Amino acid sequence: MDSPTPTPAGTPLLEMRNISKTFGAVRALSEVSLTVRAGEVHALMGENGAGKSTLMKILSGAYRADPGGEILVDGRAIPSGDPHASKAAGISVIYQELSLAPNLTVAENMFLGAEESRFGLLDRGAARRRAAPYLDRLGAGIRPEQLVASLSLGERQLVEIARTLTTNARIIVMDEPTTSLTARETNRLFEIIAGFKAQGLGIVYISHRMEEIYALSDRVSVLRDSAYIGTLERDEISAGRLVSMMVGRDLSSFYKKDHSVPGAGRPVVLSVRGMGDGAKVHDCSFDLHAGEVLGVAGLVGSGRTELARLIYGLDPHTGGSVGLDGKALDIHSPKQALDAGIAYLTEDRKALGLFLDMSVGDNVNIGVVDEDAGPGGLLNFAKARTRADAAVKALSIRTAGTRINVGTLSGGNQQKVLLARLLETNPRVLILDEPTRGVDVGAKSEIYRIIDGLAKRGLGILVISSDLPELVGISDRALVMREGRIAGEVSATPEAPIRQEDIMTLSTGTIPAERERSEA
Amino acid sequence: MSGQDQKEAGGRRWRSSLTALGMLPVLILLVIGFHLISGRFISFGNLSIVMQQASINIVLAAGMTFVVLTGGIDLSVGSILAAAAMVGAIVSLVPDYGMLGIPAAVGVGLLCGLANGAIIAWLKLPPFIVTLGSLTAIRGLARLLGNDTTVFNSNLPFAFIGNSTLLGVPVLAVIAFAAIVVSWVILRRTVLGTWIYAVGGNVEAARLAGIKVPLVLLFVYAMSGLLSGVGGLMSLSRLYAANGLQLGQSYELDAIAAVILGGTSFVGGVGSIWGTLIGALIIAVLSNGLILVGVSDIWQYIIKGLVIIVAVALDRYRTAR
Repeated sequence: MDSPTPTPAGTPLLEMRNISKTFGAVRALSEVSLTVRAGEVHALMGENGAGKSTLMKILSGAYRADPGGEILVDGRAIPSGDPHASKAAGISVIYQELSLAPNLTVAENMFLGAEESRFGLLDRGAARRRAAPYLDRLGAGIRPEQLVASLSLGERQLVEIARTLTTNARIIVMDEPTTSLTARETNRLFEIIAGFKAQGLGIVYISHRMEEIYALSDRVSVLRDSAYIGTLERDEISAGRLVSMMVGRDLSSFYKKDHSVPGAGRPVVLSVRGMGDGAKVHDCSFDLHAGEVLGVAGLVGSGRTELARLIYGLDPHTGGSVGLDGKALDIHSPKQALDAGIAYLTEDRKALGLFLDMSVGDNVNIGVVDEDAGPGGLLNFAKARTRADAAVKALSIRTAGTRINVGTLSGGNQQKVLLARLLETNPRVLILDEPTRGVDVGAKSEIYRIIDGLAKRGLGILVISSDLPELVGISDRALVMREGRIAGEVSATPEAPIRQEDIMTLSTGTIPAERERSEA
Repeated sequence: MSGQDQKEAGGRRWRSSLTALGMLPVLILLVIGFHLISGRFISFGNLSIVMQQASINIVLAAGMTFVVLTGGIDLSVGSILAAAAMVGAIVSLVPDYGMLGIPAAVGVGLLCGLANGAIIAWLKLPPFIVTLGSLTAIRGLARLLGNDTTVFNSNLPFAFIGNSTLLGVPVLAVIAFAAIVVSWVILRRTVLGTWIYAVGGNVEAARLAGIKVPLVLLFVYAMSGLLSGVGGLMSLSRLYAANGLQLGQSYELDAIAAVILGGTSFVGGVGSIWGTLIGALIIAVLSNGLILVGVSDIWQYIIKGLVIIVAVALDRYRTAR
C-alpha cells in the first residue's frame, strides 16, 4: 500500500483564500478563508444554509469558485472547478448521502471505476487482496467480499472512508458523518479519525453536535450567512460562544421553559401498559400527564421509535393497552390513533412525513380535509386556506406562500409544516420523534418554544431524542429505554435539571467511565 | 405575504399550469402540419371523425390516469372492455329488457376493477403483475361468454350511443368529455382526489397522516374498471357487435401512452387529467392524419412510436430547466 507523503504536523496542508461563490444574484459564499493544518481536525459549523456545503463543493471541485479566490495544497495552487485536480491533490469529500451500490461487495465498491482486470476480465481476487489492508487499517472487521447491503449504516460509512483511503487522500472532509451511527460506531469512527491525525492527515469535520466538536476538534471555524465569522482554538471552544457565533445573537434562553412542571395532581392523559411487539419492544408501561413534556432517551436501536409506532398503531402490537383520559383505546391504525387524539411526528420527515410534490397548504391540511369537506366529499378551499394561513403564522413558517411546493422549504420549516399538520387534528397527545433532526440552531430554538407553548396549553408531549442536551433541556421527566424495555426514569426538580450522566448510566447499563474521561 | 412573494407565487402557478398543458403546442403543430400536407384535415367532418376515434381511448386513459397517479398501472383495461362489451351485447338481446345492457356492461367493468383493486390493496401484490394476470384471465372470460363467437345485435336498443350526435357533436365524444370533467372534479375538487395524489406522492406518509391507503387503491382500480366498462359499451354500440377475442386488443398501450404524453409521472403523485386528454388527442390526430396523408399501416406504427418517445424527451428537457 502506498502511504501518503508525510507532512510535518502543524504546517498548513490546505489553504482556501478569499473564496466567493455567486449563483445568479445569490451570494452563497463571500470571501471565506480556511486553513487546515497537517494532523488537525478542523471542525466547520454553521446553521443550515450558512455556506458549509458550498465551500466543501468548491473544495472537491464540484463547483468553480468566483475569480479572486484560490485553493492551495502544500502551498501549490490547484485549479478551481476541476474534480480530478482536487482528487489528485489528495482532497476527498465524504457526503452525508452515501454513494455505495448496495448490491455489490465491499471490495467492488471500493474500486468502483478503477476495477482490477486481467485480459478484460474482472479480477475479483486482486480487488479483494487490495481492499483488505485498507479495511484492516480501519479495524472494523469488515471483509472485502461482504455485500454492502448486509452492512449497517455505520459500517457503510467506514467503507466509504476506506474508499477515500485508496485514493491516497490527505485532506478528508466528513459531512455530518455520525447522523445515522450508533454510539459504538461513533466511538469507532472517532478512533479512526484520531489515527488519521497521527498520520498527519487533515480532517475537515462538519457537525451540528456540540459533544462531537468537543471530543474531536483542534479548531472550530464558524460560517454564518455565507460569510466567515471566526475560528476558535481548542481551549477557547464553548457551546455558548459557538452558538452565539452561529446565530449572531445570544441564546442564553435556548432551552427556556415557560410551562410549569406538572405536579402529582395533574391528570394522566396517556397511560401505556405492558406494550410490546414480541420482538423489539417488551412490556413498556408509563403515564404521561397533561401539560408534561416527557422525554424518551436511549441508544439507537433501543426500541424508542418502535414503541412510538406501536402506540400510534403503525405496527401491530402483541400485547399491552393504551388509555387516553382514562378510557381504554383499541388502536390498530394511524387513523384510529388520530381520531382518538394521538398524533405522531415521524423521525424521517422526507421519507415518511412530507408530500414533497404537494404545496405547504396541502401538507398542513391533509389530515383534516375529510373533516372540512362539504357534501359529496367536495374540498372546502376557503377553510383549507384559512387553516394554512393560520398555521404559517402561528408556527412562523418561513415560506413564500401556502401554495409553494413544500420541498423548497428549509429543513426547519418543513418540520414546522409537519408539526402544523399534527396540530390541525387537535390532538391531546403528541409523540415527537427526533423533532429537531437535521434542523439548524435557529429553527431548533423555535421548535423548543412551540413544544413549550403546547405543554402550557395542556397537551401531553412525548419527545424521543438522541440529542441529550436537548432532551435534558426541554423535558420535565425522561424515560430511558434499553434493549426494548424501559430501564428507568429520571425527573427534573425545580432546583436541578435532569442529569445527562443518569441517562447515560441507564441507557448503557454501566457506569460511563469512557465518557467521563472525554468530558473531563 | 409581500407583493414580491405574491408575484413569485403567481409565477409558479402560471408555470405549473403551463406544465399541465405541456403537450398542447405539439397537438396544435400536428393539426396544422397535417392540414398543410393533406389540405383537408381541419374540416368539421374530419375533426368529428378524429373525436369519435379518440373517444374510447380518452375514457380508458382517464381511468388509467387515476391508477398511474397512485404509482400503479392497469394493463387489463382492454380485456375488461371486451368482457363488458360481450355482457352488454348478450343482455341487449333479452326481449323488452335490452336497455339493461347499459348497466350490465358498466357493472361488469366495475366488478373487474374492484377485483383488481381488492387484490392490490389487501394482498399487497404489485399492480403490474396483478393486472397482467387479469389481462389474460379476463380476456379468456370474454371469449368464454360468447362461446368464442361474435355476438351481433342489429337492433341494438342503445345504438344511439355510438352512432348519433348531440347538437352536431358525436355522443361518443360527449361521453369522453364527460369522463374527463368528472375525473377532473374528483381529482381536484374532492377529498378523495387529494388522497390519490398523496398516496402517489408518498404512500408511507399517507398512512402516517391517517389516510386509508387500501380504500384509495381500491377506488382507483374500480374507477379504471368502470371506465373500461363504459369503453366496452361505446365499442359495442358503435359496432352493433362484440367479439371476445378481438375487441380491445392492446388498448391498454394507447391508454398508457396518452397518460405518459400527458405528463403524468410514472412513480405517481404528479399529473393532470387535462394532460391525459391532450395526450389521447395527439394519438388520435396522428392515426387519422397519417392515414389522410397516405402513410402505410406499417410506417404508422413506427412514426407513432417515435413521436411518443420524442415528445416525452422534449418535455423532460423543457421541464428540467
